[in-house]
Amino acid sequence: MRVTVRVYWLLLAAGFRRQATYRLAALSGLVTNVTFGLLKVAVLLGAVRAAGGEVGGYDVAQMSTYIWLSQAMLGSVNFWGASEFAERIKDGQVAVDFLRPLDVQAATVTVEVGQGLFAFLPRGVPQLAIGGLVVGMTWPRSVVLVVLGVVSLLMAVVISAATVYLVATAGFWLVETRGVQLVYMVASGFLAGLFVPISLFPRWLELVAQATPCPSMLMYPVTILADRVDVAGACVLLAVQGFWLVVVGGAGQVLTRAGRRRLEIQGG
Amino acid sequence: MSAEGLLPRARGSAEVPAATGETVVETVGLTRRFTVREGVRRRQVSAVEDLTVRIGAGEAVGYIGANGAGKSTTIKMLAGILVPTAGTVRTCGLRPVKDRRRLARQIGVVFGQRSQLWWDLPVWESLRILAAIHALPAARRRARTDELVERLEMAEFWSVPVRQLSLGQRMRAEIAAALLHSPRLVILDEPTIGLDVLSKQRLREFLVEERAAYGTTLLLTTHDMGDVARLCERVLVIDHGRLAFDGALAGLAGAAGADRVLVVDLAEPAADLEVAGVVAARHLGSEGRGLRQRLAFDAEATTAARVLAAVSALVEVVDFRVEEPDIEDVVRRLYAATRHPPDAPAARRS
Repeated sequence: MRVTVRVYWLLLAAGFRRQATYRLAALSGLVTNVTFGLLKVAVLLGAVRAAGGEVGGYDVAQMSTYIWLSQAMLGSVNFWGASEFAERIKDGQVAVDFLRPLDVQAATVTVEVGQGLFAFLPRGVPQLAIGGLVVGMTWPRSVVLVVLGVVSLLMAVVISAATVYLVATAGFWLVETRGVQLVYMVASGFLAGLFVPISLFPRWLELVAQATPCPSMLMYPVTILADRVDVAGACVLLAVQGFWLVVVGGAGQVLTRAGRRRLEIQGG
Repeated sequence: MSAEGLLPRARGSAEVPAATGETVVETVGLTRRFTVREGVRRRQVSAVEDLTVRIGAGEAVGYIGANGAGKSTTIKMLAGILVPTAGTVRTCGLRPVKDRRRLARQIGVVFGQRSQLWWDLPVWESLRILAAIHALPAARRRARTDELVERLEMAEFWSVPVRQLSLGQRMRAEIAAALLHSPRLVILDEPTIGLDVLSKQRLREFLVEERAAYGTTLLLTTHDMGDVARLCERVLVIDHGRLAFDGALAGLAGAAGADRVLVVDLAEPAADLEVAGVVAARHLGSEGRGLRQRLAFDAEATTAARVLAAVSALVEVVDFRVEEPDIEDVVRRLYAATRHPPDAPAARRS
């Protein structure tokens, strides 16, 4: 058991460190995120002010937290749908993954999470600083909520990595998974509440979003950290995240097993 | 060419030293077919067909065949990456697909075209992660790592990210990664592809030492006759998914006529050189009215120098070179011989 923990810890660290080698990419990602953050500030804060200081329960400070936190998470959660694992299936490199005495899904997701966690440093923290300094942000009223919010944030990164892994497993059946990735890209960010909080959706669309793991990747941690729920409410959101983690994790296990039987290593 | 040499699939023939002790690889009727789509039509292509082979502990086996003959497919089935269509396979006594993770602890695989190192991380970090993956105790990890660093001369690029390594360096690091956990069976798929002569030589020496030290079983696919000649005692030839030859390398040369060829350029045109009476060589062909002539000789029976001496006794030689049998050539001739045997009509079982 201790051995296993050590392996996954090393894989997490490896993901973290490899991401650390791409500093210029991190910087350009940051610039993009900040640009869109400012755009969202203009639109959403404009909407809040036009509505008389509150939209769907969000005041200016909460909306600012929502904007900058969701932008800050963009480097760490994956709404593109593309992943290294999808590439590895496509070019046959996945053969190497199956040659290791490891659970392929767990190992892949762990490295992905490590990369996501690193991205908080160059892309997450600066945006929170910018948001806090330029616009002002609200924070949870208690330390307990901060802790729950951070746990929720970490769960979001794991759920995102596990879901993108799921998208990648389509490659076991399809040679080209760009179509699946495109669908994911179009739907996931929107349903996760990246553009507007899902509580501002029409009721039916909010229900649709809640029927997917997407809000667990962004909306729920932001809801907790923007001080929009109490401790009980935060625990409910964490439970929902836990549920989705089990669902996408379990589906990944099943699809990996089924896909392996279908696997034809491409490229000799 | 003797009729005996034309009997391929001489499984367990006298030429093969009967592998003693444990069986490391055993396949019975192993078959893998792929579905190929051609527009709307689907066609079944057989990559490996009815392969039955046994490899004992400590053997060094060269697995050769033309491109697309089924070598990699076989290896992937042995390693548990690819699910067979039919037949059974046991590797290290395990069922490769079902027992994938247990098997992974006992085998080391190098795919010449693929990397098991972390592209963005230094070599040492990849090996540290792999050591953890294989649950090597700290002391053993250190001892084995030191050994590999020294024997594969990796010190100079130990801290360099893998993406910055030269091909030769990367292959050494790949071999180290595959052998770190001291696997019983090492499978190498084209390990020397693209390497220069010196790098190839180094790699072969290392593998020879590794076998001598630990009795590791070796199975390698290659296009390089040098790899087979220097590393393997036994050769399996696969042709269109079927086993076409199983025996010692010398036997393969006998069956396929894998002779070396002396090419001589003469000062003046000459008739076809006939030296068979003096030395074990035969005339293959002439160009330019006999200015350039090719003579095949069996490297076991004579030497290039003797053939050259015999030729020089007849005519004036201005230039010469020796052509080594290339593996494609050997295999091609083997196929030709087994398909159209001159005096053994049904030699090839299929």
